[in-house]
Amino acid sequence: MAGLRIYVPGDAAAVACGADGIAKAIPPLAAKRKVAVEIVRNGSRGMHWLEPMLEVVTDKGRIAYGPVEMDDLESVFDAMIAGGAAHKLRVGVPEEHPFLKKQTRLTFARCGIVDPHSLDEYLAHDGYKGLMKALADPAGIVAAVTESGLRGRGGAGFPTGIKWKTVADAQADRKYIVCNADEGDSGTFADRMIMEGDPFVLIEGMTIAGIAVGATRGYVYIRSEYPHAIAVMNDAIRTAKNAGYLGRSVAGSAFAFDIEVRVGAGAYVCGEETALLESLEGRRGQVRAKPPLPAHKGLFGKPTVINNVLSLASVPVIMDRGAAYYKNFGVGRSRGTMPIQLAGNLKYGGLFETAFGITLGELVDDIGGGTFTGRPVKAVQVGGPLGAYFPRALFDTPFDYEAFAGRDGLIGHAGVVVFDDTADMAKQARFAMEFCAVESCGKCTPCRIGSTRGVETIDRIVEGVEPEKNLAVLTDLCNTMKFGSLCALGGFTPYPVMSALTHFPEDFVPAPQKQAAE
Amino acid sequence: MAYEAWSADTAANIIRSHEGREGALLPILHDIQEAFGYVPEPAEPMIAEALSLSRAEVHGVVTFYHDFRREPAGRHVLKVCRAEACQAAGGDVLAARCEKHLGVAFGETSLDGRVTLEPVYCLGLCSVSPAAMLDGRIVGRLDEKKIDKLMAETA
Repeated sequence: MAGLRIYVPGDAAAVACGADGIAKAIPPLAAKRKVAVEIVRNGSRGMHWLEPMLEVVTDKGRIAYGPVEMDDLESVFDAMIAGGAAHKLRVGVPEEHPFLKKQTRLTFARCGIVDPHSLDEYLAHDGYKGLMKALADPAGIVAAVTESGLRGRGGAGFPTGIKWKTVADAQADRKYIVCNADEGDSGTFADRMIMEGDPFVLIEGMTIAGIAVGATRGYVYIRSEYPHAIAVMNDAIRTAKNAGYLGRSVAGSAFAFDIEVRVGAGAYVCGEETALLESLEGRRGQVRAKPPLPAHKGLFGKPTVINNVLSLASVPVIMDRGAAYYKNFGVGRSRGTMPIQLAGNLKYGGLFETAFGITLGELVDDIGGGTFTGRPVKAVQVGGPLGAYFPRALFDTPFDYEAFAGRDGLIGHAGVVVFDDTADMAKQARFAMEFCAVESCGKCTPCRIGSTRGVETIDRIVEGVEPEKNLAVLTDLCNTMKFGSLCALGGFTPYPVMSALTHFPEDFVPAPQKQAAE
Repeated sequence: MAYEAWSADTAANIIRSHEGREGALLPILHDIQEAFGYVPEPAEPMIAEALSLSRAEVHGVVTFYHDFRREPAGRHVLKVCRAEACQAAGGDVLAARCEKHLGVAFGETSLDGRVTLEPVYCLGLCSVSPAAMLDGRIVGRLDEKKIDKLMAETA
């Protein structure tokens, strides 16, 4: 290969900002200048405000430019030809950008760097080293994952090793590995980025899980809203099969393992693990009562490991570098790193992987740079539609499962959505109830009926109809939903509602009273 | 997007192509919808028979999931994200603008069959919000100008 190697991210966030058009426009520019180019559609580095962020390989390393819009492309391309020369959009060496420099990238080590379609590049960047160590000591995998302190990154935070041990100990003729890629929480996109930017790490993680528990078949359940991720995963699975990393003999070993992608159909509740299993089996995505746990009776009634994308994608580095290495990052019972997603009204949105323990304030103010509207931050919702709204007064909360729980919040899948002072928190609380009503699977009464009553009650409060009585009703209703719902949809909807009410009571005062008070 | 008119033969072929697959119902429904643009009612008893399910079970699944249409959509489908990260970035104003300019409410198809406007709860583009999807093409960092351009494409 000769000529210029240019990276144009194929990540959906970059594509949504015009990356496909840029990638198509480069070859004609190159032809005009008689320069040979090779375009690589990499994943995103996670500095999304700079997308589409183009990189050119030079003798000084990779030099980035962004955000590159069509109007700037020609001059950026000329700067690239000149060996990564100066330009108003020049970012420089990506790794030296403070946003990346401050991070600890374990799960996302390769994302944005490698060509997601190339197994060779994956192998050249430490790919499948974890699998090789796992194959050398299959019986030690579960202990290593347990020792690493890895907890479910989907939101529940259940220790991954314990889940795996339960499935490993179960006796059955068939077992399954199911990857939950139904990333429906607003403000989250880390699963999508990994699947689009480093799909082999997920395949490797699932394969290690299969070997650890004795499962030979895996499913990745990806939401239909992620067509790009679906395409990249399917491509990577095909490549891994052809190379012998999946199939009857994984990497020449006695272990068999195969993976298939299944596509969701727009139901948020299918992100709940038992609803997901129902959906995979071809039924309505209705939540199952637990017990039995999926680890005992999961997919098609067989013992099943069901883990989030990030949990599984963290396993290869744990196996490769050792449990102690991973465990040394983090605080308290939250070990390792968390790929945090900064979103909403934020100047520097994107993916920030760091050890647990960073405070919410550091994330929003220092890393995220405050709002892009330039207005003061009013509230931050952490953990998706079921996460609490935190005011600035709680910005000292460290990113840690227990610390957030201690303040009636949750870190969930680590999405951070920032709102400025124009946000109406009563409206946000109403939306939480409305969303729950739309997405409820209908199986349990607190969620199915409670959410609709919640919308009505909030409407009455805002209209000024017996506000005190209705506030008591709302509080009571939230309590019933929290403790009486079958799953987190009904059970956690009270978090955004009650946090909005607790931290922003002034927003629940009816409009005429607001005026009178001023 | 051009879809095929309902054909029992095509449906039968699709169903047959999934023979022996575990939990085949959702993959079959996706393929049926990809072929016809929606899940025609006559497909339901055919699927039910092939999978040894009752027709009610198949119908129950079709109606449970937001993705499956029971009638054809407009020639264009504009999905606008209505979730929190887009709300925080001014998405509500743009959503209202779409309803007003297209003359339809969310979930509706324009009378001339030109466009269907749908809400979507997160496209995973939360760091480049507000976001929307027109006929499968994603667009982020929406403002009035950009959303107007998208709407113009449906004309």
